[in-house]
Amino acid sequence: MIYSLKGTNQKKLTQTPLLKIWVPWMGCSLNRRRGSSVPQFCNSPTMIVMVGLPARGKTYISKKLTRYLNWIGVPTKMFNVGQYRREAVKIYKNFEFFKPDNEEAMKIRKACATAALKDVAAYFSKEQGQVAVFDATNTTRERRAIILSYAKERGYKVFFVESICDDPEIIAENIKQVKFGSPDYVDRDIDEALEDFSRRIECYRASYMPMDDEEDRKLSYIKIFDVGSRYLVNRVQDHIQSRIVYYLMNIHVTPRSIYLSRHGESELNLLGRIGGDSGLSPRGQKYANALATFIRGQNIRELKVWTSHMKRTIQTAEALGVQYEQWKALNEIDAGVCEELTYEEIQENFPEEFALRDQDKYRYRYPKGESYEDLVHRLEPVIMELERQENVLVVCHQAIFRCLLAYFLDKPADELPYLRCPLHTVLKLTPVAYGCKVESFFLNIEAVNTHRERPVNVDINRNPEEALLTVPEHV
Amino acid sequence: SVCMTNCPTLIVTVGLPARGKTYISKKLTRYLNWIGVPTREFNVGQYRRECVKIYKSFEFFRPDNEEGLKIRRQCASAALNDVRQYLTEDGGQVAVFDATNTTRERRDTIIQFAEQNGFKVFFVESVCEDPDVIQENIVQVKLGSPDYTNCNTEEAAEDFMKRIKCYENSYEPLDEVLDRDLSFIKIMDVGQRYLVNRVLDHIQSRIVYYLMNIHITPRSIYLCRHGESELNVNGRIGGDSGLTPRGKEFGKKLSQFLQTQGISDLKVWTSQMKRTIQTAESLSVPYEQWKVLNEIDAGVCEEMMYEEIQDHFPLEFALRDQDKYRYRYPKGESYEDLVQRLEPVIMELERQENVLVICHQAVMRCLLAYFLDKTAEELPYLKCPLHTVLKLTPVAYGCKVESISLNVDAVNTHRERPEVGISLEAHRRAHTHPQEDGSVWPDMAFSPRAFSSTGCTVQASAFLLTHGVNLTPNPQHSKHPTRK
Repeated sequence: MIYSLKGTNQKKLTQTPLLKIWVPWMGCSLNRRRGSSVPQFCNSPTMIVMVGLPARGKTYISKKLTRYLNWIGVPTKMFNVGQYRREAVKIYKNFEFFKPDNEEAMKIRKACATAALKDVAAYFSKEQGQVAVFDATNTTRERRAIILSYAKERGYKVFFVESICDDPEIIAENIKQVKFGSPDYVDRDIDEALEDFSRRIECYRASYMPMDDEEDRKLSYIKIFDVGSRYLVNRVQDHIQSRIVYYLMNIHVTPRSIYLSRHGESELNLLGRIGGDSGLSPRGQKYANALATFIRGQNIRELKVWTSHMKRTIQTAEALGVQYEQWKALNEIDAGVCEELTYEEIQENFPEEFALRDQDKYRYRYPKGESYEDLVHRLEPVIMELERQENVLVVCHQAIFRCLLAYFLDKPADELPYLRCPLHTVLKLTPVAYGCKVESFFLNIEAVNTHRERPVNVDINRNPEEALLTVPEHV
Repeated sequence: SVCMTNCPTLIVTVGLPARGKTYISKKLTRYLNWIGVPTREFNVGQYRRECVKIYKSFEFFRPDNEEGLKIRRQCASAALNDVRQYLTEDGGQVAVFDATNTTRERRDTIIQFAEQNGFKVFFVESVCEDPDVIQENIVQVKLGSPDYTNCNTEEAAEDFMKRIKCYENSYEPLDEVLDRDLSFIKIMDVGQRYLVNRVLDHIQSRIVYYLMNIHITPRSIYLCRHGESELNVNGRIGGDSGLTPRGKEFGKKLSQFLQTQGISDLKVWTSQMKRTIQTAESLSVPYEQWKVLNEIDAGVCEEMMYEEIQDHFPLEFALRDQDKYRYRYPKGESYEDLVQRLEPVIMELERQENVLVICHQAVMRCLLAYFLDKTAEELPYLKCPLHTVLKLTPVAYGCKVESISLNVDAVNTHRERPEVGISLEAHRRAHTHPQEDGSVWPDMAFSPRAFSSTGCTVQASAFLLTHGVNLTPNPQHSKHPTRK
């Protein structure tokens, strides 16, 4: 929120040097003033509370949702009560721990939930968190009531996400994908683990009270049935809950792979110039052909191909000989006044800008251009559609690639602009368990390096040599 | 039958009378058209009114009225026929079939129709038992209906309630179990609760998201441009200049105006450009900056005057007048691009209540076109003068617009659609030898991206120039806005 002074004294506007945001006075605390490309919609912190029997995908949803919210700029953290339990009870013996009549265990489990809630409070009050995902079974009305009153006392909003599934195949697949590898079962063989886990689920079943249409009509929640076949949504309170619902309704668990690649080497790449809309160099064209061969070799079912509106990605896609869709949102970052300059020219003409960019590459906005933060905002619909789709090849650009990769690999904002995305290399991302398997394929066609590391000296008064130390070689 | 991913979609409303089906149909149609999905609604009640010229009473709708039933079935068939025409021959992508469709039998007929024609079906059911809401619906849209022009309010309301009763006994709502293979959203109690089943594709997902964000709480949206800017006064487009003294005066008047409006909890949004922020600063209230509310990027033409654009880029200038909606400035944007980047603003405007949006000419045109259901052809020529506030208040099926000029003089920045004599296509057809050395070809140092989607080639335009077809409007007739 940007607040102005009451009163008749109109302050002159100045533009903050890094973010290029117009503000009424200088010397304000730039940290407080986010001035980002997205309005800040969260006022009260929000607790997302998972509900469901074990092996219903609660942790999968929690992790994915947390990753998505952080990527779009909403500070979010996940609190997995099972983790607290593992810290409290060093060695997991068997399902008996979860029996409803096991008083000793009940005490421990309750204490773990309480400890997690305390950490949620600390995250909100001391770490400027905005969303906390409380990942536990929360299968009794009693437990949910405790969470609700805890939140109410502190002015947190609560949104429940319940996952209901009775398809034995899905549950078995869940157990296989994530439970066998769990620290709880590290010394068991598969059959033992499966047997024990099934009995664990039974411990919860008798006391499970799903969210109820009548009893819980005043609460805000989404019920997900059968991995997204059906949803029941009740009382969405605000923007962030609406975005969460939209996201949850677009994700799926069908196996598929996402291929990310940059365009082939371009004429401007060879000259060490950034941006522009040039065509492929001869090597770039070779890459396009190699990419076509590679893709054919992968034997991908129903592959969708996406490019930007820029010549170099389209030329690359043309070599594939298949239909492709152009997205303006996939265009490279707009370098504004620095378009088509070399780093040396930027240092010579805009040394202060060059230094500011090295100071905070994620938030730095080129004059009359964009920042990585702006990019993330315009890529959000692309991510949403990638979630909906199955096999997709995205032919894009360096900065775009970094943003997309950061989403899939859960990289924070300060790492994002330095992710390595070399030319002529395809990344194959395959969702597995709670994350993403990454396979990298360099298609053996030489290309210039376009990756510029952060130099040691980022002061605006540094020498040009210090600034240009990490510029990759070019013609 | 096999349905490919881009096969047309048939949205089918379901629900008793006065549950908001037509309201939802019209709103959804307007939204889909605005984001570029050709959509049309087919209201079966309309067909019935054309068939049965004079509406007598609710008796027409009695379930035992054979004659009535026959007519209603025929009307539904006629409407479905038009749907088929629209989706298969007229370039439609989505058809909204607006009727009660309260029996499973009727819905099965529609499903069969869709299967035969290769359409996907998505049901939108509105369920509501709140008597206050139903009463309000009746007051807002039924009393003014052609059916009740000759009745007084009480008579109309009474008849309408009896009409609803006619449907109630045979109403079979969509069922979680019986209809588990269908794609649908059930909206309960005006958006308190939703049941969403089997969303099949992107468009259905967007429709669900939209339906879950709209509400009917009374509110107003205020749209205005920034105060007059320095570049405005110099007749230059784009840029990031500050306000002139008159522009600042507008800011003050705007603040006074808002106070007289007595709006509870007004949200104020600006772009990230200096002139909108300066304007907001006069209001002494918190405001949010949206980068996506920034003015259209005129690329290489930024900060130029129209005369300069005509001098330096006459072809571009002419192409823009050919198709102002789709025309993209070199290294810049088109109105079509604007609409795409403004979609999240529209979505959030739907969620919000009282909002003031301080933006720019092209941006305001796009937002206005959404609220007033203007076509892509009309959009770039909507009048959005400086120092004028538009107050939009949703009412019945549309939007009441009040235009309030705050009585501070400003330059006029509106450029009318000039008369362009001959279409490119007609000229191309008339001449059979297109190869020619382009001697008056303008400097194309930038990449010509004029026709991003309309399909005309740049070669054709070059040819036309060399054959002396004057694509550049005569400066005297070009209707440049007056300026100092």
